[in-house]
This record gives sequence, C-alpha cells and structure tokens, in this order.
Amino acid sequence: MEADRLKTMLRDMLLARAFEERAAQEYAEGNIAGFLHLYPGEEAVAVGVLRAAEPSDYVISTYREHVHALVRGIPPGEVMAELFGKRGGCSKGMGGSMHLFDRERRFMGGYAIVGETFPVATGIAYAIAMRDLPEVAICFFGDGAVNQGTFHESLNMAALWKLPVLFVCENNRYQIGTEIHRHSAVTEVYKRACAYQIPSKKVDGMDVLEVHAATLEALEQIRGGNGPQLLECETYRFRGHSMADPGSYRPQVEVKWFETNEDPLKIAIAETVTPYPDEEQIAAVGGDNIQRLRGHLHQEEVLTPDELETMRKAVAEEVEAAVRFAKESPEPDWEDARNALECNRQGEVLI
Amino acid sequence: MAEEIFYWQALNRALDAELAADESVIVLGEDVGLYGGSYRVTEGLYAKYGEWRVRDTPISEGSFTGIGVGAALAGLRPVVEIMTINFALLAFDAIVNMAAKIPFMSGGQFPMPLVVRMPGGVAKQLAAQHSQRLEQMLMNVPGLRIAVPATPQDAWWQLRQAIRSDEPVVLLEHELLYFSKGPLDMALEAPPMHRAQIRRAGKQLTLVTWSRMVEISLRAAEKLAGKGIDVEVIDLRSLRPIDWERCVASLKKTHRLLIVEEDSHFAGAGAEVAAGLAERCLYELDAPPQRVAARETPIPYNATLEAESIPRVGDVIRAAERLCGV
Repeated sequence: MEADRLKTMLRDMLLARAFEERAAQEYAEGNIAGFLHLYPGEEAVAVGVLRAAEPSDYVISTYREHVHALVRGIPPGEVMAELFGKRGGCSKGMGGSMHLFDRERRFMGGYAIVGETFPVATGIAYAIAMRDLPEVAICFFGDGAVNQGTFHESLNMAALWKLPVLFVCENNRYQIGTEIHRHSAVTEVYKRACAYQIPSKKVDGMDVLEVHAATLEALEQIRGGNGPQLLECETYRFRGHSMADPGSYRPQVEVKWFETNEDPLKIAIAETVTPYPDEEQIAAVGGDNIQRLRGHLHQEEVLTPDELETMRKAVAEEVEAAVRFAKESPEPDWEDARNALECNRQGEVLI
Repeated sequence: MAEEIFYWQALNRALDAELAADESVIVLGEDVGLYGGSYRVTEGLYAKYGEWRVRDTPISEGSFTGIGVGAALAGLRPVVEIMTINFALLAFDAIVNMAAKIPFMSGGQFPMPLVVRMPGGVAKQLAAQHSQRLEQMLMNVPGLRIAVPATPQDAWWQLRQAIRSDEPVVLLEHELLYFSKGPLDMALEAPPMHRAQIRRAGKQLTLVTWSRMVEISLRAAEKLAGKGIDVEVIDLRSLRPIDWERCVASLKKTHRLLIVEEDSHFAGAGAEVAAGLAERCLYELDAPPQRVAARETPIPYNATLEAESIPRVGDVIRAAERLCGV
C-alpha cells in the first residue's frame, strides 16, 4: 500500500483521538453538554472503512460519529462547534454531538435511536440502485443494534432487491453496559447476515489495514451489482458508553488501568468522566490500534519518529484551532431554528 | 368538467399524475404493486411504471417507512402506503424521529419530500386493533404536516400537493371513504393544502370537523335546518397546521362552537381545536365549546356496540340542540 495512504490513515487516527480527548476535556469544563459518546479505541474502523470509500458514497452513522465525520472531511472546527451547539457547527447547532450532518460530503447523519441507520441506508441505496449509479451507502452500527427489528427488516429488503449497502458493525462488545454474550444469542455478528444470504466477514477492527483491505474488497463486490455486504469489525471502546457512564459493569482486568490512573480531583469535578490511559499503559494492555499502525509504518519505513512528532504537533494544533473556532462561533438564535425547521417550505402557501 | 368518482380513484389518479410528471416519485408499501393496493388506490400503477417505481414491500412497516426517509434524503419523492394507521405504530420511529426531525436537526440541509398515506378510522367490524385514527398522536409532532381529505376532490388535490411538497406530509385517509363517491374536476385549481373549507354556510352554530365526520355532520346539519337551527359546517382538511382564521371568522358570526371527531374524546384532536379557538376568541362565544367524539373504549367487534362507539347523526343533532339551548 502506498505510503501516503498509510500516513493519511495514521494522521486521521491521531486526529481522531486528540479530538475526542479534547472533547472530553471540553465536556468536563462545561463547554459541551448532553450525551457525548467518544470513540477512542475504535479509530481503526472509521478510518479503515471511510478511507476505502469514494466521495460519491453515502455515509450513515450512529450517535458515536464524530470520527466518521472527521474522516469524511468535515472540518474539525465545524464538528467541534456542533458539539458546542454553535451556529458554525456542521448542523448549525441544531443537532449536537449525536446529529452531525453534511449534505455536500454525503454525510447523511448521526442517528441517536439505535437501529435507525439500517432503513436510512437501505433507502439511500434504493435511490442509488433505481438510478443505476456506482455509489454505495455505508451503514455503521454497533453490536447492540443487531437486536432491533430494523436490522432484520432492512437486511432482508437490501438483499431482496440487491441494494448497494455496506453494513459495517462496530462490535465493541458492549451495548452500553451489557456485554454481547448477555445480549445476543449469536455473539459473532457476521453470522447473522447469512439469514439473508448477505456475504459477511469478521475482521480485526483494531487493525486499520485489515479493515481497509476488507472494505475495498466489499465495496468492489457491491459496485459490481452483487447486492449488500456486511463487515463485522471487532473493536473496543476505552471509555464508557458516554460521558454519563461510570463503566462499573466491565470486568476488573478491563478496568484495571482505569483504577490505577484515577484522578480523584477530576472525579470530584466531574464524577462521570473516566480518564484515558497514557501510551505506556495502553501498550501494557495491548491491542491498541494506533500503536499497531505506527509499528507497521516504522517497519515499512514510511514515517520517521521525527515525522511522527511533527504529525502529532500538527494534529494538536488542528484540534486547538477547532476549539478556538467553536468558542468564537456565535450562538444560534430562534431565527436560525425557524430557518432550519422551515428549510423545505420553498415559499409554499399552507393556508 | 366534474365527474362522479370514488375517493380511491381520485387518489389513484393523483398518484398516476405525479408518477408520470416526475421520475423521482416512487410508491412503496405492502401489496401496492401486483395486487394493486388493499383499497385499490395503486391499481394499474405497477404495470405502468414498473417495480422500481411501485414497490411491493415485505411486512416491515418500521423499515419500509424508514427506507422512504432514506430515499427522500437521496433525492427521491417517496409515497409510502401503510395499509392502515394501526400498523403505523410500528413506523412511528421513522415518521416522528426521522422524517420530522432530520431537516431540522441537520440545520436545514436536507429536503424531506416524503408522503406517508394511511387510512384509519372505524370501518365495519374490524375490531379494536384495526379501528383507530390516532391522529392526535401525530398532531403533537413539530415538523410534520397532516392532511385529512374528506372528498375525492380534496384527495386529488391534497395528495398531489403532498407529493410536490419538500416537507414530510402524512395523509390520513379513511377506510369508509374509499368507496364513497363525489365530484372530481381535475382542472380546478387547488386551494392551499391546509386551508379549511366551509362545506355548508350557516348563522347559528359553527361545527368544526374533518375526514369522514364531515359527511355525518352535513347530514345532521340538514336535519337541524328543518328544526330551525342554521349550522355552518367547516371541514378543516388539515390537522397540522390548522386554519384558525377561517374558524374564528365563522365563530364571530355564529358565537357557538361544536366539534365533531371520530376519535376518542380525551386528549383528542378536538381538544386542540377547542383550546386553540378558545385562546383566539373565547369572548365571542355565547356558550362553552362542546365536543362530540368517540366513547372512551377500544372499539368493540359487535356491530351494534361498534356503531354506538362513534358519533352518529343523532348524536350531533342532540349536541347542537343542547348548545343552542333547544
């Protein structure tokens, strides 16, 4: 694989993590409110999948979608401003963290009701297929979503009509606090696709290269008119489900490093914030996707330690600039809200 | 030139006209294709436009309505048929959480040219699970528009307007209206989609109603005229938004308000009509507003009990007489 693509993906992942860590910090400081679902640990999925997609493909995501939006090219400032609820946000402050949209980049939204991405993506794919276009609807969902009726209904229709959808399961093993063996009779999500004769595959969701390669292959199949495909990416979120989640349900071995690194002061300020481990601690636990890609890049000699440092700094500056943009962006007012609500009125006289 | 046709035929012609006019219009739902629609509304369209434009779906209300939402986001103009509103409870997430919310929560980036058509109401002994209207559940959702055509002419006009609108519209039809006849003049220019219409002019009492209750109310008004009570019947034609102005203008003339609705009394659509008009012109009224509505019960299967569950002509007459102090 070409060096530039690898560097791009590493940069995406570094930006993703720095962005999310900063979002957590801004939440603790009160600049972001509501539900905030962060992505550390899962970066390889969004990056691996979306760097294999074309700009003409559609992306449909969940409420844990900041990183999907960033990789898709929505400027970090616009994503952060949306988290801040500001007019400069990609949804003009009307959607917030769980509802990022960007029509121009075909980022068709973050959806906050589990299981909604299936029909939305399938409907978009219907429009693509009807017009015989070489586009694909990329549908993200978590392991918990496969227990919703829409999963089965939509997969059935997508397969029945051979629609161009790539279903991507971000299997982080927990539906909020319930581990997969306690919420699903079948713990390997990809096996469920066989009920609808949809080709599916399980990949290591911590390995961005594996995710990327599997996605390219699946997209090629889909573009060939062969109907939908499903990818199960096994991953892990390092944080709780959201900032409101103390994470008490996870086994000791998983949460050990949380405990050893607990900052009582921070917890006192924001009881619900779980601290994120430093690199050494992650390395001790193993399985971190950023570490793995960086190792790969060193082996391939496409990135020197100095370049990595430069990249880190650039990413940090980008996040800093995003926060500055968000802070400086004005608050939306009721006219903005009315414009959003009546955006499709088109001068129509109702009464 | 007006002709007498069935309500379902008017809807059928509206779909045909819009499918012909715009290639992005699609129809989807259970048995809308090969079968021709449970109430014949989509008859002939599958043969004419093919399976991609007129799509038979599995019994998956939640997802095929959501597919309508997704297709609308990608530039199509879907008309989703839900066989009856009772099944639409399975599709409320798509209607309420998606269609009504996406344009707004995206900051105004996306059109939502989605029409969800569904019949409701008490038909003939279909029992409790098939006899609801549930209109008030949708009225409370900002971002939705709700049209309730009572005549073939309005069915023709309002369905076409709904398809052409970039906002999500729910078209509440009625199972007993499909096979009722009325004049249709396809060349007549349509009034705005949500404007109320005075079906009968009168001076002593304003009767506000919609959908199938329009016909019941008109019959009652004729009998009341024979008893010396001159009733003005307003067909709202829409439940969101509501044309308050025409109702207020009528009340300034009659000073009495009677609301006739098929759904149950408590927290029904009529409550909103009464409250909205009281806020606007309470001091114009000579008597408290009254509602004639269904009993507070699931609709019984038994024919006699079923008939007595919802307003009949006699109920409307008695309520009007009481209101006029007769």
